[in-house]
Amino acid sequence: MDTLKLDLENYRELLKQYIETQDESSLYQVEQFSKMSMQQKISPEEIVNAHIHALRKLYPELPAEVNTSFDFLLESMISYGLAYQEFQALREKQLELKSEISVAASMQQTLLSTVRPQVKGLDIGAVSVPANQMNGDYYHFVTDKNETLGIAIADVIGKGIPAALAMSMIKYSMDSFPESQRNPSSILGNLNRVVERNVDPSMFVTMFYGLYNPSREVFEYSSAGHEPGFYYNASIDKFEEIKTKGLLLGVTNDATYDQFEIKINNNDMIILLTDGVTECRIGDRFIEREEVLSVIKQYTHLPAQEAVEQVYKHFERLQDFQLRDDFTLIIIRKEV
Amino acid sequence: MNINLEVEVVNQESSALVSLTGEIDAYTAPKLKDALLPLTKREGYLVEVNLDKVTYMDSTGLGVFVGALKSTKEHNSQLKLVQLQDRVLRLFEITGLDSIITIDSTVRGGN
Repeated sequence: MDTLKLDLENYRELLKQYIETQDESSLYQVEQFSKMSMQQKISPEEIVNAHIHALRKLYPELPAEVNTSFDFLLESMISYGLAYQEFQALREKQLELKSEISVAASMQQTLLSTVRPQVKGLDIGAVSVPANQMNGDYYHFVTDKNETLGIAIADVIGKGIPAALAMSMIKYSMDSFPESQRNPSSILGNLNRVVERNVDPSMFVTMFYGLYNPSREVFEYSSAGHEPGFYYNASIDKFEEIKTKGLLLGVTNDATYDQFEIKINNNDMIILLTDGVTECRIGDRFIEREEVLSVIKQYTHLPAQEAVEQVYKHFERLQDFQLRDDFTLIIIRKEV
Repeated sequence: MNINLEVEVVNQESSALVSLTGEIDAYTAPKLKDALLPLTKREGYLVEVNLDKVTYMDSTGLGVFVGALKSTKEHNSQLKLVQLQDRVLRLFEITGLDSIITIDSTVRGGN
């Protein structure tokens, strides 16, 4: 109460000064006064009240009509005061939500985190960089006792919290499929039904699922509308696009996914990516797929993890480079 | 950089021609959706979308077209996309959407 009283006197002084001199500095000071009042959550009608009190003190001989009108004015200010209180409450609520969202985001990160597995005979590298706070890309490695390596790389279309939630659902559905159904074609077929049933129609998912079988040395894969990756054939030193065909997850409930396979020999590579890689821009220009491949080629002599990091850094260094979408790149090389 | 999208709709008796100019991304997609969805809700209507002047489209744009396609199935209307630039057409091909959306790109726009 003490500070408020002090402020009241202060206000009266400022008002008096302004009425007598009409100088700019008292206008400036009253502006500061109002800012300070806001900080102290003083409502609009309290300011009006302060003004009325100051006037009555400065001019005790005010006409009775004017004096009475002040009560009228005060009454009319009350709704503003209530609105202001509501605004304050909302602002606090918003801060609360913001912090809850960031907790959720980091929890999501933990739930979806995957470790690059150590698989005998394979060199694996992976990098995933979100364009915004939350990553709509997702990749996951699964190994089993037969040393087969499952790789999922996905991009949720639709960003933010709903996309992140959809990702969790996909991850846990995948975990729940029995091992007998772990082939790429049935994984995508099953996931498609899960996404179609459970996810908002405006949101869908692209996914590439690959399964490396070390005893047969083949890489089996299916794609649900995902950006095609590349296969490096070491014996002829050539990169080629991994040919796939398949509809996005979640569009129709009866989509089926063809399964393909590539024989993997020593030093061959599988390169998987999301469209964030091919949708990045330099200034007004897109980076073409061929260009992306030529950048990847520059670094494939490095260990896989170093290679994927260097590729990202390469793009990042380019002038006017902007990441419009999340960027995920995985390289898997069969070691001798 | 042009980050706008112009949507021009010419209504005919049993069809609408929607001509798009610019880029379809997260910022412009809502505008496209607002224009497109009501048209697909007209029973028996053919909604033809010309993408000749669309230089860029991202996955949010695909979302709008998938939404429109679903709506045509509910309302017994039709959706047809014409004159897609190569970059945009490729997006429909990769995602497999070209197998469920009618796309006529025989007269293709230049890149």
